[in-house]
Amino acid sequence: MVKITYAEQRLQSEDGESVLDTLLRNNIDAPYSCKVGICQTCIMQCTSGNLPEDSQKELKPNLREQGFFLSCQCYADNDLQIQLPKSEQLFVTAQLIEKQCLSPSVYRLRLQTATPLFYHAGQFINLKRADGLIRSYSLASLPSEDNSLELHVKRMDNGDMSHWLTEGFNVGDNIEIDGPVGNCFYSSGSHDQALLLVGSGTGLAPLMGILRDALHNNHNGPVYLYHAAFKEDELYLDKEIKMLIESADNVHYKPIITQHMTENYVVTGRACETALIDHPDLKNYQVFICGAPAMVKFMQQRAYLAGASMNNIYTDPFENKELRKEPRD
Amino acid sequence: MSTLFEKIGSEAAVDAAVDIFYRKVLADDSISHFFDTTDMAAQHAKQKSFLTMAFGGPNDYTGADMRKAHAPLVEKGLNESHFNAVAGHLQATLEELNVPAELIGEVMAIAGSTKNDVLGK
Repeated sequence: MVKITYAEQRLQSEDGESVLDTLLRNNIDAPYSCKVGICQTCIMQCTSGNLPEDSQKELKPNLREQGFFLSCQCYADNDLQIQLPKSEQLFVTAQLIEKQCLSPSVYRLRLQTATPLFYHAGQFINLKRADGLIRSYSLASLPSEDNSLELHVKRMDNGDMSHWLTEGFNVGDNIEIDGPVGNCFYSSGSHDQALLLVGSGTGLAPLMGILRDALHNNHNGPVYLYHAAFKEDELYLDKEIKMLIESADNVHYKPIITQHMTENYVVTGRACETALIDHPDLKNYQVFICGAPAMVKFMQQRAYLAGASMNNIYTDPFENKELRKEPRD
Repeated sequence: MSTLFEKIGSEAAVDAAVDIFYRKVLADDSISHFFDTTDMAAQHAKQKSFLTMAFGGPNDYTGADMRKAHAPLVEKGLNESHFNAVAGHLQATLEELNVPAELIGEVMAIAGSTKNDVLGK
C-alpha cells in the first residue's frame, strides 16, 4: 500500500487513485481546478519519494528539478512525502492597471508585474486570490509589443472568481499570478503555413495573442480567424479585429453567431462547422482551437480527420470547474 | 544486421505512419467507436506505441497487456472482422508510404501475432 505523507498526516492511497484524489478523499482542501493535467492549479512539491514521470512531464525543467508535480496526474507507486508549494516559489505579484468592459459579459484586464514575465502570446497564467482560489486565464497580449498582461474575463453565472475579478477587483489592487503555462502559441517556424484559428467565447483571447504574434512576425501564409458567440454583442473584439487586420491581406476574419441569424452576420452554426466547410482539406495547416471543451474536442478530431497532423493541432480547452455541479471524475 | 525497425526508418517513420493510420481508423465507421476520442493526444500516443511494436521497435508490450487493454472492447463486441479492418488500414498506410512489400509482410506478421490476445481468445 502506498502512503502519502502530507502535513504530518499519513494517508493511505487506494488503487487507481491520484495523489489529489487521496487528499480530497481525506477532506484535505487541496487546490485544483481542471483535474485533467492542464491548468496546473494542483501543483505540489515532493520532498521524499520517487515521482512518476507523467506527474511532471508538463512542468518546466526548473520546477521538475525542485520536485514539483501535478497531484491530479500523480499515480504514486511508492511512498511520497508532499507539501503545498510556498507561494513565493511560484507566484509573483501583479497589479491591475486597467479594466475595460468589452461586452455585456466580457471584461479586459491588464496586469503589470514588477519584473516582466517571459511568455508566448496564447499561453495562460493562473491568478490566485488572497483566499487561495485559483483560476486560469489566457494571455491576449504580445510580450514584444505590450508591457502589460492582457486577459479577457467572461463573467460566468456561477463563477466566483470571474464575478470577483469583474466587480470586486479594482485598478491599483494586487493579485498573485503564476505561469506562463501551455503550448498553444505561434511559432515563427510556421511562417508559410496556413493558420486556422477557431475560438468560442473568450477562447478569442489566446487566439488574439497568436494572431498578433503572427502579424508581428510578418506571417506569410494565410490566416483564418473564426470567432463564435451567442449574440452579436458578445463578438467583443469585432471592430478591433477588423481594424487590426485592415492592412493585412492574408488575414481573414469570420465572426459567427451561434444561435440566430442577424442582419450583419449571416453565418450561423458552430465556429468549427463553418471553419470546416470553408477549409475541407487541412493538410499542412496549423490549427488552433480554444474555448468551450466540447467544441475544442470535436474540432480537434474533425481537424485531424480533415488532414491536419496531430503535431499541428494546438488546443486550449477552457475546463471550468465552477460550471459543474460536481467535480469531474 | 539492421533490424526491421531500422530498415523501415525508425521513429520518424512511425510518426509519419501513425498520423495516416489513426486517421484511416477514425474515418472508418465500422471500427471508429472502439477508439475513445475523449483524449485525442493520449489515443494518438497509444497508436504510436502499437505501431512501434508492429515495426519491431523498442516497446514493452506483453501479450497480457494486450489482452487486458482490449478486454473492455471485446465485451462491446470486438471481433475478427474489426481486427481485420484495422490490419487492412495498417497495410494501406504502409503502402501509401511506399514501404517495400517484404517489410510490409514482416510488419503484418507482427501485428497478426497479437490477434488472439486482442480478441481475448
